[in-house]
Amino acid sequence: MANPLKCDLCEKPATVHLTQIVSNKVHKVDLCEACAQAKGVTDPSGFSLSDLLLKASLNPEIGTGGARCESCGFTQTDFKKHGRFGCPVCYETFKGVVEPMLEGMHKGTTHTGKVPQAAIARKSLYERLNKLELDLTDAIKTERYEDAARTRDEISQVKQAHNPPR
Amino acid sequence: MTIASLIATPSELTDAASSKTAIVLMTRIRLARNLAGQPFPGWAKPAQRQKIAEICAAAVAAAAPLKRSLNVAVADLAELEKQILVERHLISRELSGSKQGSCVVISKDQTVSVMINEEDHLRIQVMRAGFQLKKTWNVITELDSSLEASLDYAFSPTLGYLTACPTNLGTAMRASAMMHLPALVISSQMEKVVRAVNQLGMVVRGLFGEGSDASGSIFQISNQTTLGEPEEAILKRLNTVLQSIIEHELNAREKLLEADAGKLFDKIGRAYGILQNSHLLNSSEAMNLLSLIRLGIDLGAFPDANRSTIDRLFIEAQPGHLQHAQKGEFDPAQRDVLRAGHLRSEFANFVHPDFTLINSEKI
Repeated sequence: MANPLKCDLCEKPATVHLTQIVSNKVHKVDLCEACAQAKGVTDPSGFSLSDLLLKASLNPEIGTGGARCESCGFTQTDFKKHGRFGCPVCYETFKGVVEPMLEGMHKGTTHTGKVPQAAIARKSLYERLNKLELDLTDAIKTERYEDAARTRDEISQVKQAHNPPR
Repeated sequence: MTIASLIATPSELTDAASSKTAIVLMTRIRLARNLAGQPFPGWAKPAQRQKIAEICAAAVAAAAPLKRSLNVAVADLAELEKQILVERHLISRELSGSKQGSCVVISKDQTVSVMINEEDHLRIQVMRAGFQLKKTWNVITELDSSLEASLDYAFSPTLGYLTACPTNLGTAMRASAMMHLPALVISSQMEKVVRAVNQLGMVVRGLFGEGSDASGSIFQISNQTTLGEPEEAILKRLNTVLQSIIEHELNAREKLLEADAGKLFDKIGRAYGILQNSHLLNSSEAMNLLSLIRLGIDLGAFPDANRSTIDRLFIEAQPGHLQHAQKGEFDPAQRDVLRAGHLRSEFANFVHPDFTLINSEKI
């Protein structure tokens, strides 16, 4: 071959080639000998190809587009290489890539389990305080001092309700 | 607590498991969690990893089950110490090879461990000897909630807990049971079991996870998928699968006794003889011999009280534990000598098997 295949996990030439059909889609994995060993491919009793497919997420339909995560600079090419995302915001950035992938990967595509109640409550509190701070700045700028005073009181009330003095 | 005193204390796995839990050695649940607004460990820069580790370690150390725990940076651990923690299932192989800024917090009783900056910011793990899915879940969800009171987790209402790898999205929970299935292995039924279990959305792996072999007839069975159903539903499904594997293993034992009890007794008796007299034992052979003795205990040829001894030896026969006990580093050939020596001395006073005590009613 003029252009030898590279290992999907590292950059070495691939010598192990696997093909498996998962939910009517053909998945191909090309690995170098070291990665094949490390992933247990050479030991049929302990190896699950579907595992590797899911982990490496070598979905043939994923193109290498130009999207880039604003939060962490991660690109779609990086995902193809690592099989993992760069930061939580990547899930928003690469929504189009993630969603079709989830169907074959999980039992459903929507979370129905535990929810971090306290963290969510805190998040909505931050957002409320942020909005009030903006209102306050705006009120001062436009010389609506009565509004400003009211907003300032509200801010201290919200803060106090969340962080009662000890 | 120091790493030395932790290593000197026996692990949860060697806890005296009652006869009810004979087939399931250990139950383990892990939750993956990440901080909002921070890059995942694999993509974070060294300074970011350091900052993440500090935030997480502070919150983890303050949680009630982790008071007076061991809290150590991976970089500060010796190779042998890391190997021992891997053999006790307290850290993963991935963490043991990780870069600056990774650490682990392990509870005093070694049932709770939290890995920081592994694949995700937090990998919370709780394990219990025996078959304890419900209890393990109760402990881990409480710990998770107490961490969440001070940490802002990355969470999406539709995708659940956000993890570095999309295979862990949703509940980000992996629940597993470590099972001893000698009769299914002897009667060559494991392949069939693995296929059936896969179809039910569960995965079978060897003793040390992905890619490891199943020496000692010990397997880990865990859920494959994490998104689309609540934790309780996943645990219920896993529980059903585990119950049915236990049933199959018991049936296989009964069949082995019915078909040719002499052949089975011979295997167990020979294992006993080799453990008492051999001078060279590699880790895989040792595990397989110990597995046969454990089967002998389950069948009644040895007293029940000896089961925890075997579970302890399963761990002490591993390379890390062996080298630590002998205070040095040895190559594999030397280890085989040491391993045989250790098992010889353990089995010198081990009670003789009494095969007349075995009746298939007891299984």
